[in-house]
Amino acid sequence: MDKLKIRNRLAKDKALLWTVCLLATLTAVPLFAILGEVFIRGYNQLSWSFFTEPTPTAYRVMKAIEAGTPIPGGIANGIIGTMLMLGMAVIFAIPIGILCGVFLAENAKNRYAQIVSYLTDLLQGTPSVIIGIVTYIWVVVPMKGYSAIAGSIALFIMMLPLIIRSTEETLKILPSSLKEAGLALGGNRARVMLKVQIPAAFGGIFTGVLLAISRVIGETAPLMFTALGCSFVRFSIDKPISAVPLLIWEFFNDPYLQELIWGASLFLLLFVLILNLTAKYLAKKWNQ
Amino acid sequence: MESVKPILEFKKTCVSYTKQTMAVKYVSAAIERNTITAIMGPSGCGKSTLLRAVNLMHNLYPNIRVDGEILLNNENILSMEPIDVRRRVGMVFQRPAPFPTMSIYDNVLSGYTLNGIRLSRNQKEETVEHCLQSVALWDEVKDVLNKKGTFLSGGQQQRLCIARALAMKPDVLLMDEPTSALDPIATAHIEELMQDLQKEVTILIVTHNMGQAMRISSKSMFMYLGELVEYGNTKDLFSNPKDERTKAYLTGKMG
Ligand SMILES: Nc1ncnc2c1ncn2[C@@H]1O[C@H](COP(=O)(O)OP(=O)(O)OP(=O)(O)O)[C@@H](O)[C@H]1O
Ligand SMILES: [Mg+2]
Repeated sequence: MDKLKIRNRLAKDKALLWTVCLLATLTAVPLFAILGEVFIRGYNQLSWSFFTEPTPTAYRVMKAIEAGTPIPGGIANGIIGTMLMLGMAVIFAIPIGILCGVFLAENAKNRYAQIVSYLTDLLQGTPSVIIGIVTYIWVVVPMKGYSAIAGSIALFIMMLPLIIRSTEETLKILPSSLKEAGLALGGNRARVMLKVQIPAAFGGIFTGVLLAISRVIGETAPLMFTALGCSFVRFSIDKPISAVPLLIWEFFNDPYLQELIWGASLFLLLFVLILNLTAKYLAKKWNQ
Repeated sequence: MESVKPILEFKKTCVSYTKQTMAVKYVSAAIERNTITAIMGPSGCGKSTLLRAVNLMHNLYPNIRVDGEILLNNENILSMEPIDVRRRVGMVFQRPAPFPTMSIYDNVLSGYTLNGIRLSRNQKEETVEHCLQSVALWDEVKDVLNKKGTFLSGGQQQRLCIARALAMKPDVLLMDEPTSALDPIATAHIEELMQDLQKEVTILIVTHNMGQAMRISSKSMFMYLGELVEYGNTKDLFSNPKDERTKAYLTGKMG
């Protein structure tokens, strides 16, 4: 009787374990399928020149096709554009996002802060294409042209809620004893925040920044309305500029350049993967 | 007794967390300079609440009301700037809370950092050595000053927190059950330490441990349901309690 009960229980345990394993595998399948597909198609395109050369001109493509050699050129213009716009977006998003997050965490009971907090959620859920078109109206139209500035503003708006949230959440889970200990020593709120709370929350905030970057690095739609694209390497911020996801879209639309799609995709995928892994690693390390 | 000017004086001090109830009710008491005063009483009687009123910790939470007066050298704390008060009234919490991102060295100096006071290199080294010496931690950590404070044992962390508070040269040191998270050896260390510190600072300590109160304090308070029931020399209070409630508590019939 008793033995039967225990056997039953063990069987249930086993069944549960198998279900969990099965579900885990099911979620892993699409991920690994995507990774595999992109890797197999893209890895032989990755070469030094792929990273140092811009999109090939029509003339070079024709030449290559006539000679039967592989399509030349690479995604240098896209990489530079992506880095330039991300850099500008991050420089503004980090301080502003952290300040907002600090405000929300410190005034959790304040009515106004609660509204801001709710708006942050809404902003985070706003479709990127809408952020793109609005940035177009706000920036591209008055500036009379597409530009890296416009692109980075769109990315900035998308990153902001992620950084605000991660700052707020991390600060909120810090033990209140930390803040009290700082204030008990006679520090004012700003100094205690700067010297005690933010350093203690650094891991979470930094992870949030990395996740925000990896979130927007692949965004295509908002950049179509703002940065437009450019076929050569360019560093000026008031002119149209390229970005890696824009290039993927352009390659897709050009029958001669389709071979380059997979190299660009692989680059983007690896970049995001590395950012995510770094974020995970740092979060883990910081929590110990 | 009346000839010595008290350093700290409660005058009808009241604290309430909500409109309906008071956690501390009309406490009046004068604390003499360079003494150790133990605050005892059953759980929830308002010991921490009273202690936290002294360094204006309640100001952080807008719903908490503090009424009456608390005089520090004859000046009402409740109408002073919190920052000025907290510089003169240090606090050690129940759980040791060294700043996790700071080294031992920086932890000791954190009061200065947080007050925006710059020290010369010499002043820093002197302060660190002196403060760690006075909490008997110097010999144990002098070779690892650059390590994080959180690497230390619980007792060492608590002594580091005391050093951190002492570095600001406070007039009064508030301690809320500073040894309740520590083992007997670490506790003995800290008790010994408090005896020495008495020369420099006036200590107010909340404790559940009657033995501890008897060993270290010269004055004791007994609180019950937010009231200060009895306050006097520790010896008298233990050997000859005047109030029935004190007697019940001391004989273990309450709390
Ligand atoms: N943040 C708070 N909000 C509302 N009520 C509180 C708060 N903190 C304490 N109280 C109430 O105030 C009373 C006194 O609490 P206090 O923490 O001062 O007790 P204590 O004597 O320190 O107890 P213990 O020995 O358990 O630490 C209790 O009845 C408690 O419920
Ligand atoms: Mg308490």
